Amino acid sequence: MYVSPIREPLIRGEKDYSQVTKDILAPMAGKPTRYWYMGITLSSAALLFGAWATFMTMYYGIGTWGLNKTVGWGWDITNFVWWVGIGHAGTFISAILLLFRQKWRTSINRSAEAMTLIAVACAGFFPLIHMGRLLLGFFIFPYPNTRALWVNFNSPLLWDVFAISTYLLVSLIFWYVGLIPDLGTVRDKATTKIRKAIYGFLSFGWTGSVKQWSRHETVSLILAGLAAPLVLSVHTIVSFDFATSVIPGWHTTIFPPYFVSGAVFSGFAMVLTLLIVARKALGLEEYITVNHIESMNKVIILTGSIVGIAYITEFFMAWYSGVEYEQYAFLNRAFGPYAWAYWIMMTCNVVTPQLFWFKKIRTSVVATFIISIFVNIGMWFERFVIVVTSLHRDFLPSSWVMYKPSLVEVGLYVGTLGLFFTLFLLFIRVFPVIAIAEVKSVLKSTGSFKKTGHHE
Amino acid sequence: MEPKYFRSLEELKIDTREETDKKPAGDRQSIFEMQQELKKATTATRRDFLKVFGFTVASAAIASSCEQPVRKAIPLLIQPEEIVPGKASYYASTFFDGIDYCPIIVKVRDGRPIKIEGNKLSSLTQGATNARTQAAILGIYDNARFKEPKAKGSASSWQEVDEAIVNQLDAIKAKGGKVVLLTGSVISPSTLLLIDEFLAKYPGEHITYDVLSASAIREANKKTFGKAFVPSYQFDKAEVIVGFDADFLGSWLNPIEFTKQYSKNRKLTDGQKKMSRHIHLEGAMSITGTNADERIQLHPAQEKETIAALYYELEQLNGSANTKSISSPVDVKKIAKELYGKRGKALVLAGTNDPESQLMINGINEILNSFGNTILTDVELKLRKGDDAEMTRLVDEMNSGSVDGLFLFDVNPAYDYPQKDKFISGLQKVGLKVALPIYEEETAALVDYICPDHHFLETWNDAEVKTGFYSLGQPTIRPIFNTRASQSSLLKWLGKDTDYRAYVQAYWENNLMAMSDSLTFRSFWNKKVHDGIFESGRKEKAVASFDASTALAAQNAVQAGDANQISLVIFPNVAVGTGKHANNPWLQELPDPVSKACWDNYVAISPKLANELGLKDYDTVDVAGIGMLPILLQPGHEYKTLSVAMGYGREKAGIPATGVGKNVFGQIELFQDNRQFVKNNIAIEKLGGTYEVARTQAHHTMEGRELVRETTLADYKENPISGNEVREEIKKHLKSLYPKRTYDGFHWGMAVDLNSCTGCNACVVACSVENNVPVVGKEQVLMAREMHWIRIDRYYKGDENNPEVVRQPVTCQHCDNAPCENVCPVAATTHSNEGLNQMAYNRCIGTRYCNNNCPYKVRRFNFFDYNGADAIKGNRQDPTEMTTDLRRLVLNPDVTVRAKGVIEKCSFCVQRIQDKKLQAKNESRQLRDGEVVPACAQACPSEAIVFGNLNDKESQISKHFADERNYHLLEELHTLPSVGYLTKVKNTTV
Repeated sequence: MYVSPIREPLIRGEKDYSQVTKDILAPMAGKPTRYWYMGITLSSAALLFGAWATFMTMYYGIGTWGLNKTVGWGWDITNFVWWVGIGHAGTFISAILLLFRQKWRTSINRSAEAMTLIAVACAGFFPLIHMGRLLLGFFIFPYPNTRALWVNFNSPLLWDVFAISTYLLVSLIFWYVGLIPDLGTVRDKATTKIRKAIYGFLSFGWTGSVKQWSRHETVSLILAGLAAPLVLSVHTIVSFDFATSVIPGWHTTIFPPYFVSGAVFSGFAMVLTLLIVARKALGLEEYITVNHIESMNKVIILTGSIVGIAYITEFFMAWYSGVEYEQYAFLNRAFGPYAWAYWIMMTCNVVTPQLFWFKKIRTSVVATFIISIFVNIGMWFERFVIVVTSLHRDFLPSSWVMYKPSLVEVGLYVGTLGLFFTLFLLFIRVFPVIAIAEVKSVLKSTGSFKKTGHHE
Repeated sequence: MEPKYFRSLEELKIDTREETDKKPAGDRQSIFEMQQELKKATTATRRDFLKVFGFTVASAAIASSCEQPVRKAIPLLIQPEEIVPGKASYYASTFFDGIDYCPIIVKVRDGRPIKIEGNKLSSLTQGATNARTQAAILGIYDNARFKEPKAKGSASSWQEVDEAIVNQLDAIKAKGGKVVLLTGSVISPSTLLLIDEFLAKYPGEHITYDVLSASAIREANKKTFGKAFVPSYQFDKAEVIVGFDADFLGSWLNPIEFTKQYSKNRKLTDGQKKMSRHIHLEGAMSITGTNADERIQLHPAQEKETIAALYYELEQLNGSANTKSISSPVDVKKIAKELYGKRGKALVLAGTNDPESQLMINGINEILNSFGNTILTDVELKLRKGDDAEMTRLVDEMNSGSVDGLFLFDVNPAYDYPQKDKFISGLQKVGLKVALPIYEEETAALVDYICPDHHFLETWNDAEVKTGFYSLGQPTIRPIFNTRASQSSLLKWLGKDTDYRAYVQAYWENNLMAMSDSLTFRSFWNKKVHDGIFESGRKEKAVASFDASTALAAQNAVQAGDANQISLVIFPNVAVGTGKHANNPWLQELPDPVSKACWDNYVAISPKLANELGLKDYDTVDVAGIGMLPILLQPGHEYKTLSVAMGYGREKAGIPATGVGKNVFGQIELFQDNRQFVKNNIAIEKLGGTYEVARTQAHHTMEGRELVRETTLADYKENPISGNEVREEIKKHLKSLYPKRTYDGFHWGMAVDLNSCTGCNACVVACSVENNVPVVGKEQVLMAREMHWIRIDRYYKGDENNPEVVRQPVTCQHCDNAPCENVCPVAATTHSNEGLNQMAYNRCIGTRYCNNNCPYKVRRFNFFDYNGADAIKGNRQDPTEMTTDLRRLVLNPDVTVRAKGVIEKCSFCVQRIQDKKLQAKNESRQLRDGEVVPACAQACPSEAIVFGNLNDKESQISKHFADERNYHLLEELHTLPSVGYLTKVKNTTV
C-alpha cells in the first residue's frame, strides 16, 4: 500500500516556542561577532567611497562622470534599475506568497523585506544624484506654487517618482506592521532599561491580545493585497522609462513583463546571496533550510527562463519588424563594441540558472551561492546593455560614441553597495532577522514530530 | 455696483468716509488718525504682526546670508542720440585681417559690439561670411591684446614711445639709412597713400609679406600680361570648373566671395534645372574637393605634368601644336573635351605657388577664352600683393645689416616665416624695431617698441578689395585699451596732427567722390558710412594682350614627377587659417569640415599608406622633422600625400592658442623664389606612443541609412523626386491616433539645401556667437561633450581610399511631435504655439531624458559650468578662458547664459523672432517673409539655409517644403520635424 510521505518540516531541529525566540533573538544579544565587525568595516569603507563620489558629483558637476552628448544615462540609471529590481523580492515573498499561502516564506520574509527597503533606498539615490541640478530636484513633485508651474504627467520619469515612492511607503508599512509582534517579544526579553524603553516605544504597546492579533492579521492581509499589485507595477513603470521612448532597443512593448520577471529574478538572487551568508553567520540553518533555498531556486528557474525568452523575443521582433534601426541596435548589442557586456548578460542570466534543473545543484548551498552571484552580475549587465548599448549607437551614426564610466561613477555604485550592506548589518543587530511570531505559526505544519513521538 | 460686505459698523463708516471723496489732509496728524481708525477697523493685528515679523526675519536672513557683489551701473549723464538701452544698433564696417576680406554689419548692444553679420549691400559677398569672419568679434575682447605701448619690454606711454621713434627715424634719415615698412597685403587705399607719404619723408621701402602667398599667379600674369596682379575670378559665370588643389571654398584668395558665386550656379530651387560642373584634382582632401562633382586624386608631385598634359590636350583640340605631349596619371583628355566644349564658360584654377604651373594655367585659360569671361583682368583682386622674392630679399638685407629701421604692421614673421630663425637673427641687426600688433605674438616679443594697433572694430579704415569695390571700416566702440590705430601712429611719426579718420575722409573726398553721383561730400560720406561700401565701377587699365610664349616654354620644360615619394601638403584650415586667430576659442573648437578634428593639427594620411606603415589613428610620428604629431587616417587622401594644417604651434599668443599643435611653416621651401606649400620626398618616422586628437564625430558612414539623400543631375532632370523616392513610402505610413496639431499664427520652419551646403562651418560659429554657446576645451571634446547647437554631419560613401563625401547640417528639428517634450518630468521643454520646441532653462533639472530620447541627438548638456553662471565654485570648467571679464563682453544679452546641469539646444534664434515680431507690431504690419533670419542662415555664404513661416504658402520656406527634393530626417519616426532637407544633386553626368 502506498503511504504518502510525511511533509518535511519547515523548521528543522524540533524547536519549541521558547527555543525559537531564543534562537532568533541571539544575533541581537551581546557583543557583535568578529565577522560582523569585519563586515561593517568593509561596507562602511565602501560607503565612504560613495560619499567621496557624491561629493565629487556635487562639487564638480556631472562632468566628473563619463557621460557625453549621446549617452545621457550610464551607470546611474543602470544601477537604479538594478537596485529597484533587487527591491522586488521582499514584497513578492511577503505579499504574493502570503496571498498564495506559501508558508515557507515565513523564515525569509523579514530579511527579504528589509533588503527590499534598503535596495529601494539605494535605487532612489540614483535618480536624485543623476540630476544636473539636484538642488532643484523638488520641481519634480506636483506642489502648488505661485508660478502655477505643474509637472508633466506624460513623462515616465514622473510616473517613476510616484511608483517608487508608493512602493517604498507601502513596503515600509508592511514591514513595520509585521515587525510589531516581534518588537513586543524583543521588549519583553530586553534586559536593560534603555532597550526596554526603545523597543517598548517601537512596539506600540503590543500585548498579544486576541483582539490585537486579529487586527494585526487583518491589516497584514490588506497590506498584502495592496502590495501585491505594486510588485508588478513598479518595475512595469520603470520599464516605461525605456518602452515609451523612441530609441531602438528601448522602444519595446515586451519590456513590462520582461522587467518584472527580471526584477523578481534578481531580487531572489540577492536574497539568496544574503541569506546564505546570514544563516551561516547567525546560525539560523535550522530556520532557513535547504528546502527554502530550493524553493527560491525554483522561482529563479522560472523567472530566469522568462527573461531568456524575452531576450530571444526581442531579437525576433527586431528582425520581424523590418525596422533597420531596431535590427542594427540588436546586432550591435550582440556583436558591437559592447558585445562582451551582452554575452556576460546572456551567460549569467540565461545559462547559469538552467543549472538549477539539477536537484543536486539547486539543493547545494555553495552552488546556489555562486549562481546567485552570477545572476546578480548578469542582471546588472542586462540593465547596462539596455541603457548604454541602445544609446551609444542610435539613429544618426554621426552621433555614435563610446561610453566609459569614471571612477566617480564606480564610486557611487560601490557606495550604494556599501550602504546596502551597512544597513543590512545594522538591521540584523537591531531587529529580529526572522519573523518570530510567524515562524512559530508554522512549527506545527508537519506531522513528523507526532509520528516520531518526539514532539512535546 | 458691487455689494459691499462689512464686518462692523465702523468698517462701513470708513468706507462711507472714503466715498465722500474727502482726501486726507496729508499732514502727520491726519495720517496718524487714519492709522488709528484702521487699527480699530482691522481685527487681525496678530496676523499682521506675524506677517511682518516673518517677512522681516526672512528678508534679514536673506540680506545677511547672501553676499551681494557691488556692481556699479552709472547712468549716462547725457543720453546719446539714437541709443536706446537694450536695443541693438548696427554699423557697417569692413573685416580684413590680411587673409579674409568681408564687408560686414556689426551689431552693437549697449556700447559693445557683439556680433558680425555680412553686409548685403556688397555685390561681392552679398551678406556672406565665413567662420573666421564670424569669430573675429571675439578678437576685440581677446585676453592677449596689448593694453598699452611698450618700450624695451616695459610699459610706456605714447608720448615717450613716439619721441623715441621719431628721434631714431630722424637719425636714420640723417645718416641716409633705410626704413622698411613690412605689412601684409594692404588693401586700404588711404593707408597705401599714407605709406607713400611716410616713405617720402623717411626713405626706405614698403614690403608686402603674405603668409598665404599668391606670388606665382602674379608672376605668371606678369609674364603673360605684362603686369603682376591677381585677377578677378567669376565662378558664377563658369559652367565647368576645374581646380588643381585650389581650395577656393576654404582658404584660396577670397573664399567668401567664391563660395557665394559658386553656390549660385549650383542651386536647383526656383525652377533652375542646370548647375555648374566641378572637377577637382588634389592630393590632400580639402573642403573644396569634397564638394566637387568629381574629385580626382592626384599626387602633388604629378600636378605639374597633369596641368601640362591638359594644356597639351586643349591645344590639340584648339588645332595648335606648340606644346609637347606628356603622359599624365589622370585621363585629362576627357576633362579637356569637357572644358573645350564650354569655352568662355570654363574656369581652370591651380592653388599651387609654382609660377610654371600658373603660367600653364594661364595658357589653358587663354585657350578656353576664360579671360574677359570667367577671369577678369581689368578688375584686380587686391588681397594678395606680396611677391615672395621681396621678403626673401628683405631678410637677406636685414642679415647683412642694411636695414636700419623696421616697422612690422600686424605681421608675425617670427612665427610664420619659413626661415624664422634667419628672420630673427636679421631682426637683431636692425637698429630700430617697431611692431604694431594687436595681440601678443612671437615677433612683437623681439622688438624695441610695441605700438599696439586698434582692433579693426575700434578704428576707421577703408578698403579696395577689387578694383572699384571700396568699403569703409568704422569704429563700433571706443578703444578698450590704450591703443592707437597703426595709421594714426604713422601720421604721428610724420608729424601730422590729423587723425586717421580725417585722412580717410580726405582720401575719399579727393579720389572717390568724383566717381559717385553725390553732389556734396557730406552726402557722399554719410551715405558711404551708412552703406559701408562703395562700388564705383572703376576698371584697371587694360593689360597687354596675352603672350603665350612663356606658358608654352613652361609646358615644354615640364618633367614627370615621381609619385612614389611621400609629399606633405601644408594648408590653412577653415578654423585658425594661418594662425592669426589661433587664440580664438571658437575657432579652435571648430571641427575641420573634412576630418571633424579640432584643437590640434595632425598628419592626415591615406588609409592605404597608413596600413603599409603600420600606423593607426593617433599614433605619433615625426614627419620631416616637425616634431611629434599624431596620425589621422583620412579617407580620400591620395596614396602618398600627407597633409598638416598650418596656424598651430603658437608660442606666445595667450590662452588657448599657446602650445596647441605644432608649427609647420618651417617646411615651406622656395621654388623659383616662390614659397611652396607642398614639400616632396619627405620621411615619416614612427615615434611610438599615441596622442589623441579631439574629434566631434567618431563614426563616419551612414550605415546604409537614408540620411543624406542624393541623386545626379541627369536623374533629377528626368524625375525631380529621384533620390527621394523613399519619402512617398514613408508618408503613406504616417498615421496617428491624435489629431494633428494646428498653428494659427506662425509655424516656423527651416529648409537646408544639401546641394548648397559646402560644410564651411560659418553657421556653427555664428550660432555660438549669437547664442552664447560655451567653448568646452579639448578634454571635453575628447569626451564627446562639445556644445555646438548646430553641427555639420559628414559621411563618407563608397571606397575607403577614395570616398564620396556628403554633409548635412543638423540642428534641433523642432519636431511637431517631439520625443523630447513628453519625457521631461518637469515640463522644461515644451512646444510653442508657433511650432518651436522651447527650453525653459530655469525649469530644467537635468535628467537628460530629453537628450536620450532625441533621435537627432542635438540636445547638449552642461556637464560643467562653462560660463561662470553657477553658484558652486567647483563646477566651473573654463580651460579656454572664456569667462574672463573681457571675453564675457561678447555675450549676447538677449540669450540666457546657461548654468551647469541644464540641457540646451537650438531655439531657431527665438530672440530674433521675438525682436522682429515686436518691430512689426510697432509698425502695425505683418511680418514679411525673410525678415526673421536665424544666425546660421544669416551667416551661410551659400544661402543653404532658408527660414520662415510655413503657414504662409507664398514664403520661401513653403516653396522649399513643397519641392520634390524636400525630405525630413528620420521622418519615419513620425516626429514631424520642422526642418526639411533638399536632396543633394551631383553633376556627375558627362
